Amino acid sequence: MKPLRLLHEALQFSAARAGNASKVALVVEGKPYTYGELLDQASRLSAALRDRGLARGDRVAIFMDNTWPCVVSLYGTLLAGGVFSIVNPQTKADKLEFILNDSGARILLTDGHLAKEFLPALPAVRQPLAVIASGQLPAVQSNPGTPIEAFDTVVRDAPKGFVASDIIPPDLAALIYTSGSTGNPKGVMQTHQSMVFAAGSLIEYLRLSEKDRILCVLPIAFDYGLYQLLMTIQLGATLVLERSFTYPAQIFARMQEQEVTVFPGVPTIYAMIISSHGRTPLSFPSVTRVTNTAAALPDEFVVKLREIFPNALIFKMYGLTECKRVSYLEPELADSKPGSVGRAIPGTEIYLLSPDGKPVPPGETGILYVRGPHVMVGYWNRPDLSDHMLKPGKLPGERVLCTQDFFRMDADGFLYFQGRSDDIIKTRGEKVSPVEVENALHSIAGVREAAVVGIPDPLLGAAIRAYVVVEPESGLTDKQLRVACAARLENFMVPKEFVLRAELPKTATGKVSKKLLLEHQ
Amino acid sequence: MSIESKIRAYIAENFMFGEADTLGVDESFLDKGIIDSTGILEIIMFLEEQFGIKVADNEMLPENLDSIGNIVRFITKKGGAQ
Repeated sequence: MKPLRLLHEALQFSAARAGNASKVALVVEGKPYTYGELLDQASRLSAALRDRGLARGDRVAIFMDNTWPCVVSLYGTLLAGGVFSIVNPQTKADKLEFILNDSGARILLTDGHLAKEFLPALPAVRQPLAVIASGQLPAVQSNPGTPIEAFDTVVRDAPKGFVASDIIPPDLAALIYTSGSTGNPKGVMQTHQSMVFAAGSLIEYLRLSEKDRILCVLPIAFDYGLYQLLMTIQLGATLVLERSFTYPAQIFARMQEQEVTVFPGVPTIYAMIISSHGRTPLSFPSVTRVTNTAAALPDEFVVKLREIFPNALIFKMYGLTECKRVSYLEPELADSKPGSVGRAIPGTEIYLLSPDGKPVPPGETGILYVRGPHVMVGYWNRPDLSDHMLKPGKLPGERVLCTQDFFRMDADGFLYFQGRSDDIIKTRGEKVSPVEVENALHSIAGVREAAVVGIPDPLLGAAIRAYVVVEPESGLTDKQLRVACAARLENFMVPKEFVLRAELPKTATGKVSKKLLLEHQ
Repeated sequence: MSIESKIRAYIAENFMFGEADTLGVDESFLDKGIIDSTGILEIIMFLEEQFGIKVADNEMLPENLDSIGNIVRFITKKGGAQ
């Protein structure tokens, strides 16, 4: 049997398995698509991308919602030998432009309904860029090079079956953009071998099989959402894909109708489900696995989740995009290891070091290091930031991931999160860089100074609060600031609260002191 | 003010940058990236306060809430007071 080495081989192998060509691979907002259809459409798109100049290792930006064209685009890019970069569909024009330029994308695959953001980004893209959009094409086209093409037509008119033959496992498969404390997002470089490995490790500890029906309401642009798709295809299972958790009643109906067996969520989603359960009891007996990551799942949530998902194992996990996933807690140990995010995922190793690089005894706090095939190659175009996160390992030349997060480890090797070493805010499970929000605020006419902090919030984990000094004559109000931010930032980055101040407290060196701000609320 | 203009004004003030006039009555909030799972809770709170209705959990569906037109029909069906 041919071993699985490349991410897209998972699709080829699953589609080739006896009877699988007609097996449903995805149910997208209720509509089923088979493995045969996915391979057919993706290999046609692959040929079309090559026809438009895509070469081995070229980047393809996928700025799409959780849709069928998005999944076809991902596998089409891989089959063509390209590197995909999925951009959150909430991204606004300026940031999209940054990602298109930073990644050097040759092709942008997008949705017509996102024209308001992608059209303004196109003129400033430095390299030639072909644009293919699903759905309704924008009436006014402003791509300076080539006209925007229709996704369906492009796929339909291309020959099927094109697969790049020159890709090997250490080649890049994806650039996954993530927020950084410096303000601009950075592209995490992941190879085929690390992603195939990570998906396999997750499948193993989650005890998944080809019979599973995995729900995904998380954006595929977010690696937690992305891996629901990758695991499904690697298993030959079925993914029940929804655009978001915005309309919970629709998701609950779909879970019942599709007999979903795996529910991946973040604490904000679980808080909403638990609150709904408090008004009208909910029960999803088909679900056998519930997973949580991105932010800590409070122990009291687990009690409620056991009522709502009576047959499910509940997995608490921890990870970061730079290595996909670090640890998981065996569900059977939830009661004996409260507050822990568990041990290293299969095939990997974790350890704590002190700030000066010395081993840390059990029970004491240290910085978490991660070793394994899942660790990123580095950040695209940012060797400086890569050196901050990747440190020399045990073997000569080896690099391990320094998470920059503080943990405690007990004598059995179980991890307990203690805090972050940077000022990234985790809200709704998403990472938000205060600098990025502050930059957006500073770009609003009439804003003199801004400082952004995270404050504890029962639903969001942390809520974003902005302290702003406005020019008195601007007359800016908090509501105006909010809408101005909404035009510049993804929804989850828009501050929940704006506090207008006459001035902001400063440190001796003249920098805004966030510590003083929080002390004198 | 009609139900529609009240809703439009609310969306404009809270979710869009003065562009709500260009928002088609049947344009999807999800497509336009206007709201998400916490935004929808804010809209529901507004509807309950403004129109004196109660939105049940099982009514949190796109056909009731995902466009200005859908909300107007939903409020009308629920007999909301203007």
